[in-house]
Amino acid sequence: MNEYADLLIIGAGPAGMSAALAAAPSGARIVVLDDNPLSGGQIWRDGPQASLPKQARQLRERLHACANIRHHPGTRVIACPGHKQLLVEDADRGWLIDYDKLILCTGARELLLPFPGWTLPGVTGAGGLQALIKGGLPVQGERVVIAGSGPLLLASAATAKHNGAQVVRIAEQASLAAVAGFALQLPRWPGKLVQSLYLFDRQYRTDTHVVAALGSDRLEGVRLSQQGTIVELDCDRLACGFGLIPNVQLGQALGCEVTGSALAVDAWQATSLADHYAAGECTGFGGSELALVEGEIAGLAAVGETSAAEQLWPRRARWQGFARALNGAFRLDPKLKALAQADTLVCRCEDVPYAAIAGHRDWREAKLASRCGMGACQGRVCGGALQYLFDWQPSPPRPPFSPARIETFLCVDETPPA
Amino acid sequence: MPDMIVDGRALHVAEGTTVAAALALAGDGTTRTSVAGQRRAPLCGMGICQECRVTINGRRRLACQTLCQNDMHVQTRP
Amino acid sequence: MSQGLVADVIVIGAGIIGAACAQALARRGLRVQVLDAGLHGATAAGMGHLLVLDDNPAELALSQYSLQRWREQAPQLPDGCAYRSNGTLWLAANPEEMAVAERKFLNLQAQGVTCELVARHALREREPALREGLEGGLLINGDGILYAPATARWMLDHANIEQRRARVNEVDGNRVRLEDGQWLHAEAVILANGIQANELCPELPIEPKKGHLLITDRYPGTVTHTLVELGYVTSAHNAKGPSTACNIQPRPTGQLFIGASRQFGTTDPQVEGWMLAKMLKRATEYMPDLAHLNGIRAWTGFRAASPDGLPLVGQHPQRKGLWLAVGHEGLGVTTAPGTADLLVAQLFNEASPLAAPPYLPERFLGEAVHA
Repeated sequence: MNEYADLLIIGAGPAGMSAALAAAPSGARIVVLDDNPLSGGQIWRDGPQASLPKQARQLRERLHACANIRHHPGTRVIACPGHKQLLVEDADRGWLIDYDKLILCTGARELLLPFPGWTLPGVTGAGGLQALIKGGLPVQGERVVIAGSGPLLLASAATAKHNGAQVVRIAEQASLAAVAGFALQLPRWPGKLVQSLYLFDRQYRTDTHVVAALGSDRLEGVRLSQQGTIVELDCDRLACGFGLIPNVQLGQALGCEVTGSALAVDAWQATSLADHYAAGECTGFGGSELALVEGEIAGLAAVGETSAAEQLWPRRARWQGFARALNGAFRLDPKLKALAQADTLVCRCEDVPYAAIAGHRDWREAKLASRCGMGACQGRVCGGALQYLFDWQPSPPRPPFSPARIETFLCVDETPPA
Repeated sequence: MPDMIVDGRALHVAEGTTVAAALALAGDGTTRTSVAGQRRAPLCGMGICQECRVTINGRRRLACQTLCQNDMHVQTRP
Repeated sequence: MSQGLVADVIVIGAGIIGAACAQALARRGLRVQVLDAGLHGATAAGMGHLLVLDDNPAELALSQYSLQRWREQAPQLPDGCAYRSNGTLWLAANPEEMAVAERKFLNLQAQGVTCELVARHALREREPALREGLEGGLLINGDGILYAPATARWMLDHANIEQRRARVNEVDGNRVRLEDGQWLHAEAVILANGIQANELCPELPIEPKKGHLLITDRYPGTVTHTLVELGYVTSAHNAKGPSTACNIQPRPTGQLFIGASRQFGTTDPQVEGWMLAKMLKRATEYMPDLAHLNGIRAWTGFRAASPDGLPLVGQHPQRKGLWLAVGHEGLGVTTAPGTADLLVAQLFNEASPLAAPPYLPERFLGEAVHA
């Protein structure tokens, strides 16, 4: 028996929770899926070493208390085998969900670029380290270098310090001018200004990027280019991420248009596909405040509350301003494209080095010739990197959208469509 | 308070701890061996990179998105 | 606008068939230009299964000869071609299918193909992952597997071969017109572009037969031989509607490669959930634990099928200078060396290693109108 939702929401981060709660008063049967064990997305990830802001806790409580919202944690979308139908899977079973309207709140993932030594145990993404720590990763007394780009570096450093790590350097690749220019604009968003002051760290350096992770079996140190000088630091962990890439794969597979790298939406958060909406980081990076208001607009629009949705446009516009300032400040320096050496692995799943990939015409040709992108991550890590390194567009997504048990595929009816 | 076995070692962890964290509490935090024979550990922490694929009670799952439960048997080798 | 004589031979299609033909000619000292439009053909999608098939004597002759040629070349193949001689184990689910296995065994043995019958009790010793209750099987020891895209690349890597990304829009005997209007010509043109062949020669009786495939994550040591159900021979191969058959191939990576499905009348490359479900269900009926393994990628490919299941290899009877190497259906990788040898023998008017008539294009296109 298939599950049915009037409104199906993919993702239980700020956007997804906000959308569900905005739509709930309509009485619609709402189903929210998320691949994490608890709701909250990345920014409000919960766990034994997480400290959730009050707002996050409240939203979550409201979500779970709401009678017409059903939340499926630990659940991934595997395929769209039919019109307005998704095949999904959790740890125990696979099943089909039929829906009338859909809101994509699939968030974003970190841009992870290859550099020598990046596959050593001890190297993680910047957001990656934060997520792992929240889930209970012990970092007490460990020396941590945080690197890459974006405000996430500061947030990650704060979580690490809060849990007893010694942050020995925060290496921001953007220039002092860019970061300072961004900081000067923060008074426009007082809440963000306060946050940023709280997060500021003496170890923060601009114009600084990782050159190599050092060590034999695991990470032992990091080599940085720090404002033009090479510096080596001993450390136990390197948390390195270069900003965020919207997760547009499911949207693309459904047929939604993408502009730039994000799902295209109109003023109602509607995608190019009828009855399908999108909100949050998958429509472009902008932080939790923007995700919340976009989610609310999408939720209201999806249940026909268009005038209520319209009233939120000014609030959204305000936070879109913040997003623009953010994205401008932390643009990536092209010299980051030269970090990988010939023998640096680019495809971690299949162990394919840079030299085997560079020089091909496009992603598809590189994949066929080298097996890059044929592994379990389905090209999400290497594909993101290669898009930045060579401007290669990834292939259109095919099911399964995530590794899935064979028995899950069997949930789809074997009868050919008429 | 989950009571589990990680690569043959018994372990108690706090409620809500991920298997990825448990691996670091029980050992060196590594999750799998790469194609060329190097040990790997979680990278992205959010279920994307697939570096944290481990075997839990006979099934291949992602350690960073799985909460520890009683009687879990986790294997990171082969 | 013309570029004139660009090579001794032009080959259209850089898949395994075109590559094998190009390599064979290049090794003879000819200059070969290989034109490929960059479309993903069967070589990129298929299973790379090397097997003898004995549905009819001509099929057996070609596959047996060609497999022997693969075995001879194997030591030269680079690691990336992932050649393994792991055998095919045909599975009988009931006494009728076991009788088919026994007939095949006798026939193949008589033709000099090394094989052995595997009784019911021995089956799960050979392959512990198979379900209980199968009747038995036939192991064809000399069958193997290889990674076709890398193998085609290796074949094309020869000083006498020039590769060019170009789409051919028209063929006129030994001349071809590219998308940009240029005419190229050579002593001979070989058409080896699979399901695109009848865009250039509408008279060719090639039909696309869609197939689905799925590959799992790495689970080394689960399966040893390529496992194929005998129902494959009796049902899927000869069916008219969509059909599936169990085909499980252990990749050297430890991944399991799962097929096989057949559909006619479509060129839509989308993965169809209902067909994938049907195909995987069949596979789990032979290997129940497959249900718990993770599938990481699924895709489709199109086999170029001819009406009698045999390829067309030889000069086009009505178009002098145009040579055909098309219609290999699911045996393209297996029969690539044999196809190349057949064609080269005809091009040079030499003794053929195999009787050529069963594969000649005349059988569909009519008698030759030129010398």
